[in-house]
Amino acid sequence: MARRLPRKDVAIVGLGWTGSIMALELARAGLEVVAIERGPWRDTATDFNIGTAPDELRYAVRHDIFLRPRQETLTMRNNSSQAALPIRRWGSFLPGNGVGGAGSHWNGQTWRFLPDDLRIRSHLTERYGAGFLPEGNQIQDWPMSYDELEPFYDKFEYVLGISGKAGNLKGEVQPGGNPFEGVRSREYPTPPMKQGYSQELFTKAASGMGLHPFPRPSANLSTAYTNPYGCSMAPCTYCGFCERFGCSNYSKSSPQTCVLPALVREPNFEARTECEVTKVNLSGDGKMAKSVTYIDANGEEWEQPADLVLLCAYGLFNVRLMLLSGIGKPYDFSSGEGVVGRNYAYQTGSGATAFFENVNFNPFAAAGSLGAALDDYNSDNFDHGPHGFVGGASITNAYTNGRPIMYRPTPRGTPTWGSAWKKAVRDTYQRVTNVGAQGSVMSYRANYLDLDPTYKDQLGRPLMRMTFDFQPNEIKMANWMAERCEEIAKAMGAKTTQLNRLTTPWNVVPYQSTHNTGGAVTGADPKTSAVNRYLQSWDVANVFVMGACTFPQNAGYNPTGTVGALTYWALDAIQNKYLKSPGALVQQ
Amino acid sequence: MQTDDRSLMRAKFAPSTEKPKHAGMSRRSLLATAALLITTSGATAKVVTKVLPWRPNEVYPVTPVVPGGWLFFTADEAAVVDAIVDRLIPADELGPGAKEAGVTTFIDRQLTGPYGGHDWLYMQGPFSSNPLPTQGLQSPLTPRQQYRQGLAALSAYCKANFGGRGFTDLNNEEKEKLLSGMEKGDVKFEGFSSRMLFNAVYANTMEGFFADPIYGGNKDMAGWKLIGFPGVRYDFRDVIDNPNKPYTLPPVSMQGRQAWGER
Repeated sequence: MARRLPRKDVAIVGLGWTGSIMALELARAGLEVVAIERGPWRDTATDFNIGTAPDELRYAVRHDIFLRPRQETLTMRNNSSQAALPIRRWGSFLPGNGVGGAGSHWNGQTWRFLPDDLRIRSHLTERYGAGFLPEGNQIQDWPMSYDELEPFYDKFEYVLGISGKAGNLKGEVQPGGNPFEGVRSREYPTPPMKQGYSQELFTKAASGMGLHPFPRPSANLSTAYTNPYGCSMAPCTYCGFCERFGCSNYSKSSPQTCVLPALVREPNFEARTECEVTKVNLSGDGKMAKSVTYIDANGEEWEQPADLVLLCAYGLFNVRLMLLSGIGKPYDFSSGEGVVGRNYAYQTGSGATAFFENVNFNPFAAAGSLGAALDDYNSDNFDHGPHGFVGGASITNAYTNGRPIMYRPTPRGTPTWGSAWKKAVRDTYQRVTNVGAQGSVMSYRANYLDLDPTYKDQLGRPLMRMTFDFQPNEIKMANWMAERCEEIAKAMGAKTTQLNRLTTPWNVVPYQSTHNTGGAVTGADPKTSAVNRYLQSWDVANVFVMGACTFPQNAGYNPTGTVGALTYWALDAIQNKYLKSPGALVQQ
Repeated sequence: MQTDDRSLMRAKFAPSTEKPKHAGMSRRSLLATAALLITTSGATAKVVTKVLPWRPNEVYPVTPVVPGGWLFFTADEAAVVDAIVDRLIPADELGPGAKEAGVTTFIDRQLTGPYGGHDWLYMQGPFSSNPLPTQGLQSPLTPRQQYRQGLAALSAYCKANFGGRGFTDLNNEEKEKLLSGMEKGDVKFEGFSSRMLFNAVYANTMEGFFADPIYGGNKDMAGWKLIGFPGVRYDFRDVIDNPNKPYTLPPVSMQGRQAWGER
């Protein structure tokens, strides 16, 4: 029997990017805020200490700071005719855990989605006709426009101090930036990172092909920076330990570097760590959340009443908590009805590996967001008519790291061990680079999340089941992108190249991307979305849902920039609309 | 122990096969309970409010592996693992191999820690007998069980197929042929997947050869020197400022360099 705690104004589930931003702003607005986080507290000085942080085995291979599958995992299958089995060890994606969440261990590539991405169904239909959309798709417009989100993208980028070069300032295209991007109200907070030799070659080659390369927007900061919350950051040292690691240098934007130092000073804020929220408790009619139940580090159960409940866990776990709590109608694949679990999407990865001679690429001098990118083949920046697919990819030449347990490429056909392997590993390390395409994944009826009928977590609650595979549209798109990557790799002067097509069916073993989107999507119609345009549950008005789970489908970019913009957008609605008049912000 | 006891405590529903140093209490939770107040009505959560829960000099280092002896392997098992890793990464004109780099010690110590018991993984049943290839790890066998049973099966296979000889008695050509067969899964052991054993040793060999030497492998940073990885210098601004130039400084590990004196 849960013991009941005194009421708070706001209960926040999860203390990563979205939870910490919400907590800080709402605490500053005078509300009593409690954040309940199932992982431990983490901070730079102790958890990301320079004497222990650059440890590839501990963090990258053994997954020290990630969620332990023993505590919670998902089951997976490629289609609904198969039996799902648990993901016993993380592979394809790596959910975070603890204070900071995925915002601690990310690479830091911080994009805005394009204006067309946010009205993609309308745009594609207008340009190509409705018949052009792929079979079985459930592609939806976002219920807010790029122009509406722009001030909130800007705000998030200035909290993080993102390093980049604007490509479109108030409608004027800027040399050196991304000419395809949406209008920006001002320049990036800090200048772009320096680039390596490989990016020099890429930029020259791509420019020569008439493409438009630019340094990609980075949360590994090029210079020292103090953000609007008064949190200070130091310049990146290109150490090559970003993704899967915390940053020892205070150089990578994270809740630890950008928000928590300000947040803990708020006297009406409290974080409870190592406490797992197990359920959001609803009123008798199911229309209001009364409280959240959580289990503390000693296994004791508590009930925390709150007026406002914000789901700020990793997107997948927000969806599971909604399913376990009865917030919104679960998606039913057979009837196509219901919304929670609907429109799960992901990210494609394809490209080309380029082998050079007589170069020193020094791949260890790297950063999670170092790299040159181009958007000529992203979204609908090119005519899809002749190609028969929709969607696109950002194409990048980058080194995120040269850590040797996981990064020691050899040409295809090299023996996997023995002296010949040893020689190939030695000879290849310095002279290989990659041109990669990170592509969009549309939403489909057949890709979804629901509760698993067989497998349970340690508390006996059903695991969430992921049913996902790459569909023909995405396979076609990603493989076309791989060819574009190979063209660029050849123009860079590669002696030999290898085409890396999309691996199908989707396999849970090799790491691909922690860009899991959808499941609680935002939309204008409660029949096809779980939350309204302010990320408020259609069904339970005092529950708001943050994260990439709200994306109606995924674009050809990393999601965090858009997750941050949506957070500030929802926060604005909470502060200026909801708190003044609690209730549904959009009438059904 | 390959990582700190606190990590084990953190997975609060994840009882470990390893006992934390302070029974039931990690250093972090000792500090936390000392530093933090009991909440209203006595909730026992770790509560953070008003100040960052930061203590000077509080870090979570790994315990350096001291080579010598075996904690998991029997002497016979260790000899076989030594012989396998010696073929996977042989010593040659390019430098030391996995055996010289201490990879067997690395594997032995890894198997005694949380990795060896799959302590952090989801190990609840039912275990499927026919998973899809896309569904990844589905075996109930922990790495410790894989090595113990797999090496026994290898030993029995060798005795039966090589005139009573053990793996260590085979010549290099015989060893390599057998390992190739295990890698492809062509070789059938009695009651154990030869491929599962190969995959375990292969993955751990690569980890041990290229991980920080603090874990017992990659002795003298042999793996890093082979490819030119400078280790944990944590600052390569000079490299970025000098594109396409060879990097000439020697590698550094988490414990520094031998030339800086024994610790």
